[in-house]
Parts: sequence; structure tokens; C-alpha cells
Amino acid sequence: MSSPTGSDATTPGREPERIHAVPVRYPGRWVAAAVVAVIAAMAVHGLITNPRFAWPTVGKYLFATPVLQGVLWTLALTVGSMVIAVVLAVLLAVMRGSDNPVTRAVSWFYIWVFRGTPIYTQLVFWGLISVLYPKISLGVPFGPEWLSFTTKDLVTAFRGALLGLALNEAAYLAEIVRAGLQSVDRGQHEAARALGMKEGTILRRVVLPQAMRVIVPPTGNETISMLKTTSLVLAVPFTLDLNYATSAVGNRIFQPVPLLIVAAFWYLLVTSVLMVGQYYLERYYGRGFDVHKVNAGPQGPRRGRAARQAAINAAHTTPEPTPLDEMGGGLHNPGGVQ
Amino acid sequence: MSTTTDATVPMVELRGVHKWFGDAHVLRGIDLVVPKGTVCVVLGPSGSGKSTALRCINQLEEIGAGRVILNGELMGYREGVRGGRPTLYRLHPKAIAHQRAEVGMVFQRFNLFPHMTALGNVVEAQVQVLRRGKDEARSRAVDMLRRVGLDDRMEHYPAQLSGGQQQRVAIARALAMDPELMLFDEPTSALDPELVGEVLAVMRDLAASGMTMIVVTHEIGFAREVADQVVFMADGVVVEQGTPDEVLGSPREARTRDFLSRVL
Repeated sequence: MSSPTGSDATTPGREPERIHAVPVRYPGRWVAAAVVAVIAAMAVHGLITNPRFAWPTVGKYLFATPVLQGVLWTLALTVGSMVIAVVLAVLLAVMRGSDNPVTRAVSWFYIWVFRGTPIYTQLVFWGLISVLYPKISLGVPFGPEWLSFTTKDLVTAFRGALLGLALNEAAYLAEIVRAGLQSVDRGQHEAARALGMKEGTILRRVVLPQAMRVIVPPTGNETISMLKTTSLVLAVPFTLDLNYATSAVGNRIFQPVPLLIVAAFWYLLVTSVLMVGQYYLERYYGRGFDVHKVNAGPQGPRRGRAARQAAINAAHTTPEPTPLDEMGGGLHNPGGVQ
Repeated sequence: MSTTTDATVPMVELRGVHKWFGDAHVLRGIDLVVPKGTVCVVLGPSGSGKSTALRCINQLEEIGAGRVILNGELMGYREGVRGGRPTLYRLHPKAIAHQRAEVGMVFQRFNLFPHMTALGNVVEAQVQVLRRGKDEARSRAVDMLRRVGLDDRMEHYPAQLSGGQQQRVAIARALAMDPELMLFDEPTSALDPELVGEVLAVMRDLAASGMTMIVVTHEIGFAREVADQVVFMADGVVVEQGTPDEVLGSPREARTRDFLSRVL
């Protein structure tokens, strides 16, 4: 069908002439780039040539054994406490949204206490737990005891630090998880109920996987924040983490600055690794939302916030009419059941 | 389950069903009988309570008074005796979930699970609710998707499908559970006009196969062609019911005539 105006652009068999216009110039960008380059060069030059940074000392201790061990302890504290916190947070968020007033109140109280007191105070408390409760025993409340432990053996400095960090973090994460659960469309819960699913199944299979899309980005933020919060565990006191290990060396050799640089280097490196992990987690939980209408292979969901938003917007009204004959063929397919 | 195959027992019976949302009295005594293998189309202006009535049948809404009986079985409650008097005991949510699995429901906004493919959507409840094996659920899902004409879209996510295709997946998802009754809550209202036909075609096919269906819709043509019974609701009551010819052809009530003159 040729268009009524008969323009070249719509005549079949002839390529329309593509526009090759001269793009707009932005001289301001070049000026800005030059300014940034000069400032950066000055900063780097200043860092390298300033003898007070003691770069040889930085190099000497960058891979020193106590520093590397500190990195490992810090990682263990970060990952361990976050794992415990996430599990606890999901539990707290579900309790918070429950019909049961008792679980709702318990969850509210937990979040109130652990979010409302400083983490440092909590860590000191976990360090003192063996003084407050020298013995912990299992048994009938107010009745006989079956098993008892000396608290000092049960709650070591590391476990106290891990526990303190995790219990505090869980209170914050619980609110993030709650927001995530609330972000899932009511219709999802309803459709699952109409299919006969039980509440637990609905949470596990339908609501939580969709909530993860909302939960993961702020949780990544919390994980990076936790990496640095581990430097407070000296309150327990736990003294093998990266921050304490580097400052101990710095104090011993009377050169705190190079050791601060060593610590900063490792914190930054670990943060970068965590950011990569977050990227893949976000991509995994974005499946089905990240799909690009135009060139989406079924197995190749594409990434990007704009694309994701577009996909959500388009989810209900994508104008792609199916040819009716294709449909009719399916409808009367003898392979269909019944 | 006291379900029965006796054809004289209606598939659904609503007896004097009332529903309150707080102070709002949205259903004011609904009586309705839908025999097995028939199609009942519910018409009415928005806010007339037709969607609520539908949701009361599969207990997505708890009713305030009356009885909902599905295939001879009381929905949501157990009859018992307490202190010498007949009393209703509310069923445990798990038992209600079990009752719901016998009723398929299709929503206006499709409500497909966006994180699962079309196939995954149809497989999910078969595995989680009916405890079917992966292979059995999968082959059943493939059959159902073929039946709605989407066997070439099985690995697509909902966001990659058109509205009409999504709604057909939703129908396949409900059918895979082998329901005795299918509820349709304005299944074509959220669709672009050119996509309505493909969904109605699937529903027409389903009605022809003998499925018992209750359809809330504004598609008068569909009602005239497919319905065995047409119910007109307004302000929480059934104003008029009968065959399509009676209700659509020569309505007795002024409110029905008024409504029809505005939608036709």
C-alpha cells in the first residue's frame, strides 16, 4: 500500500535516506573534563609526593599477616551477621504482618528495642553477658534443669560480636523486608489464594520472590554499611578485625596514617566485591521484570531500571495482537485435553 | 469431601447471602442457583456487588449472612451443635484453601505471577496444592496452554505477553487444577478492544466443553450467545434473572431496561 502522499520514504523497494546531521557541540563538557583532570592530577601528585603518607610503609603492611587475617575476620563477621540478620528479619517482618496480635507485638517490641539503642551499647552488653548471666541452662521454666553451659564458653568474643551485629541489623532489615512484602500487588496474594495455596506457600513461592526485587538493593546497602560497622566490635571486645588489627600495628610502629590507608584499601576492595555480588542478585530477582519487549529472548532477560519500569508499565497493555487464525488453530487442537 | 456427581445437585447455590464492608451493606440477600454444566452471566452497573458475590463463592470474601453451597458442600463453615443448638464452626484456613482449589478463578487484571514463565505459572499450583509430580504437572500445563492456543509462548514471562495472551495463560492456570466451577471476574475489561475476541473465544470453547461457569462481564453479546442464565444485579440485590432472551430481550424491570439501553 503506497501512502496517499506518495513520499519516497514509504515507497516499497527503496531505502529511505537516513539523516546524518552534525551533532550539537557541548564545549562546556570539554572545559569541565579539563578542570577535573587538572584537579585529579594535583591530588594524585600530592598523595604520591607527600612523604607523611609513608607509602613504603603502606606497601610493607598491605599484605602483612595480621592485616590479611583482619580482612578475613571482618568478612566472616559481615557475612555471618548478615545471613543471621536476613533470616531473623524475614521472620520478624512476617510476624509483624501476621493476624496474630501476640506475634505482632513481639515483633514490634524487638524492633523498638534493637533499633532504638546504639549498636555500641548493644555490643558492650553482649560482651558483658557472661558477667550478667554466668550460667545458661535448658530445662523447665522455674523447674528442673537438663543442660547447662558456662556462658563464657558459649558466648566467645567472636560469637558475642556476631550476635550483637546480627540482632541489631535484623531490626533494620525487618523494616526493609516489610516494605518489600507490602510492595507486592494484592492481586498476587489473591490469585494464589484462589488457586488453593496456603499462606506459607504463598509467602514462599509468590510474595517473597517478588519482594526480593525491592529488598535486595537496600540490603546491599546495609551489607556495605555492616562491613564498616564491624569496626565497632572492639566494644565486645573482639580485637582481630581489620580496623583493630591495622590500628594496633599503626600504634606499635608510631605510624598510624599508612595503616589507615591499608585499612581503607581493604574496606574499599571488599565493598567493590560486594557490589558485584549485589549486581548478580538484583539481576536474578529481576527476572520477569527486566524483560525487554523488543528483543527479549525467553532466556535472556535484560537489565536496567528503565527497562524494568517499562516492562512493568507495559505488563497489562502490550499491544501485540495475535492473529486470530493462529489462535483458532490452537483452540480446536485435538491434542487438547477433554 | 462430600462432593457428588449427582446432576440434580446444583454446582453452586447462594442462599440469602449478605456481605458488609464495615457499615457498607454491599450484598443484601443474594439467592442464586447455578446447575451443573451451565453458564451463568452476571450483569450490572459497577458497584452493584457482582464481583463481591463472585468472590464470596470461593471465600475470597467471608460472607456476613446466608449460605454458599458448592456441589452440596457448605463453603467456609462446618455445621455442628453447641449447647444443644445448631451452630456454624468457621473452617481452618487450610480447609478453606482446600475447598478453593475446586473453584478456578480468572481476574480482571490477570494476576499472573510475573517472576514465572507462562509454563511456570500453570505448573506452580499443581505442584504446591495438588502435589502432582513435576513431569505430570508439566505435561498437564502444556496441554492446557495448547488448549488456549499458547503452546508457542510457554517460556515467555508475563511481561513479554500481550494482555489477551496473559489472560489466556490465567485461564490455563485455573483449568490445570481440574476445577468443577470457573469464575470469571470481568475477564476482558482490562484488555485493549482488539484483544477481547481471543479471550472470549477461549471462554466460548470452554462453555461448549461443558464447564460450569459464572461470568461477570459487560459483554452483552457473549451473554446472549453463551449464557444459559442471565442475572442482573443492582445495589446488592438480584433485580432480575432468567434466560438471555427473557432478561436481554424483554426485560421486565425498569432498572434492567435502563442499564441495557446504556450498554448496548
